Amino acid sequence: MPLKIRKRDEPWKWGALVVFLGALLFSLLVSALLLAGQGKDPIEGLYVLWQGSFGHLWALEGALLKAIPLFLCSLGVAVAFRMQIWNIGAEGQFALGAIGATWMALLFPDLPGIVLLPLMFVMAFLFGGLWAFIPAFLKLKLRVNEIISTLMLNYIAILLLDYLVFGVWKDPASFGFPMTPEFTAGAIIPSIGGSRVHWGLLFCVVVGVGLWAFMRFTRLGFELQASGEGPRVAKYAKIRYGMLVMLVMGLSGGFAGWAGCIETSAVLNRLQPSLMVGYGYTAIVVAWLARLEPLNIAFASFLLAALRVGVENMQLELQVPAAFGVIMEGIILMTVLAGQFFLIYKLERKRRS
Amino acid sequence: MKKLLKLFTVLAASMALMLSLFACGEAPQEKKAEEAAPAEKAEAPKEEPKTIKAGFVYVSPVGDAGYSYAHDQGRKAVDALDYATTAFVESVPEGADSERVIRNMARKGFDVIFTTSFGYMDPTLKVAKEFPDVDFMHCSGFKKSENVDNYFGRIYQARYLTGLVAGAMTKTNKLGYVAAFPIPEVIRGINAFTVGVRQMNPDAEVRVVWTKTWYDPALEKDAAKSLLDAGCDVIAQHQDSPAPQEAAQEAGAYSIGYNSDMSSFAPKAHLTSAIWNWGPMYVKTVEQVRDGTWKGNESLWWSMQDGVVDIAPMGPMVPEDVKIVVEASKAELMKGNDICFVGPIKDQNGEIKIAEAEKATDAQLHDMMWFVEGVVGTVK
Repeated sequence: MPLKIRKRDEPWKWGALVVFLGALLFSLLVSALLLAGQGKDPIEGLYVLWQGSFGHLWALEGALLKAIPLFLCSLGVAVAFRMQIWNIGAEGQFALGAIGATWMALLFPDLPGIVLLPLMFVMAFLFGGLWAFIPAFLKLKLRVNEIISTLMLNYIAILLLDYLVFGVWKDPASFGFPMTPEFTAGAIIPSIGGSRVHWGLLFCVVVGVGLWAFMRFTRLGFELQASGEGPRVAKYAKIRYGMLVMLVMGLSGGFAGWAGCIETSAVLNRLQPSLMVGYGYTAIVVAWLARLEPLNIAFASFLLAALRVGVENMQLELQVPAAFGVIMEGIILMTVLAGQFFLIYKLERKRRS
Repeated sequence: MKKLLKLFTVLAASMALMLSLFACGEAPQEKKAEEAAPAEKAEAPKEEPKTIKAGFVYVSPVGDAGYSYAHDQGRKAVDALDYATTAFVESVPEGADSERVIRNMARKGFDVIFTTSFGYMDPTLKVAKEFPDVDFMHCSGFKKSENVDNYFGRIYQARYLTGLVAGAMTKTNKLGYVAAFPIPEVIRGINAFTVGVRQMNPDAEVRVVWTKTWYDPALEKDAAKSLLDAGCDVIAQHQDSPAPQEAAQEAGAYSIGYNSDMSSFAPKAHLTSAIWNWGPMYVKTVEQVRDGTWKGNESLWWSMQDGVVDIAPMGPMVPEDVKIVVEASKAELMKGNDICFVGPIKDQNGEIKIAEAEKATDAQLHDMMWFVEGVVGTVK
């Protein structure tokens, strides 16, 4: 049956969902084959994966917890990407946010949470945002490519974090190990009810909805989207491109900073180098997977987090190597992204002429 | 299409579950764990009450030939017991992820859980509080509780012996040490190595380069090369990959390995390795757990006598007379006579830190944040 590729004349309704689910199914099939190749029962493997991701309340809790920093970083990255500003620096901005929040937590340990936590969030936003201003400024004034500068600043940020926890902020009671003292109760984001999930989740919802409303209902948001086509379009429409770049990078860095603040405060309860596990980089993948839409980003972060949590269960139950999880994740991302092809093109049977 | 529909229902169901999570957010954690337990597939009925399930959490892949590999050899020794089963999770990042993995194990009815990296300390204590019936063993930290012991091995004893070998083999009197992080565990190793080196060769110096990573083969190799370029002719390492060994062999220099016998990676360069041998003590711990004699709240610091640390067989290039000295020192250590840090020992400024004829106390060793005389480098 000869096939030919044709560009779609009009967008495929529900196409995105069908393609996404189809790609997911395909990659699960491939993963099952890989499992079989290792001599494991593929059906059991997928069942164990399911159990580990969604099978219990605590599995969901784990996934939700992991999704929070991913979501905020990814949201920030997406804001910048929409304007075609390639901020690869969420990782560093995340670190700076954690540093800003920790500074407040160590400076005012006796403040009650109602004062201290907002202070930490403000500082985290400022630190993350200012860190992202550096590449924005360099781009506008010196035409430095922001991909390079944001990436490079990640390394500097991590070294700065190291410097602080190995040096001035080191807990005197830690026997020389790199960590700050544990935060006081006021500096820790409490959990929701008796669950393990903390109020950072609600914060994510507020930020997500806020950003959506901002993009949709404000003039600035409209200008942002319009100038996504590039500086020339923006100039033509008399939009202040430079100001928007600064704004977008500030927001982008601030969101990542918030993620760093939440992760430090709610999960680790102190600053230590193991905070940095690459959420800032994963966020880029999530943002693309979600096609830069806030609601999609929420789903994509949750699904990716659930996958990572579920794969741990597979490791434990089936003793597959950790690399299997990474491979699975890679297959899913590749197929979903490759599946986008079908949104623009369709395959048709070649008619005999 | 049917399959798609099915998947869609499954997704919808998961959303419903998600919502219900908020609804029953009020339920206390213990209750939830109980609810979850009966549904758990892995919770197979135990054939006999004395079966022990031991779980292991590793920070790197077990194929790294290094730190986690060594722990996994220990796990295999436990697995060989007829009354024990084991499982492990590898490449678990320190921090939030480790807490989840450890909690997962505790939920699934493991009797004893070994968490083998420093960064698992706080997560281990947190989870231990929720599961008082599970015994926890945390490696290389300093905190403990009712059902958490911390444990480590006196690897510095093996380092000291490798220092004797290295000190005898250097010609340039410059030795290089590729080191991970400036924390007491690593500094103690560098100091013990240096004491050994200078015992054989008082003029030698040990140059330290920090990589700030436990496992990064490319970076470790570069660090080793920079030391070789500076004239070092023996490379030691506190890293988890054999990359520094390869760098030494390529430069025609000697090397001292770590974690496991690294001779196969650089047969021409490899003098010996400071090695871990967790098997005997892991087996003993699991035995104690089975017999109910395991005790919490302890800091266990096993020594060469316990069989936990050792050195790999020395290479053919090491002369007989050196081997005799090393074997004699090892015999002392095996008798329980810790001869590694015997005063007078000075720091880099020439200040006496351990007085004449005195031995370093465990507190001094735990807290060691200074270099002995003969080390070139800073603890920052």
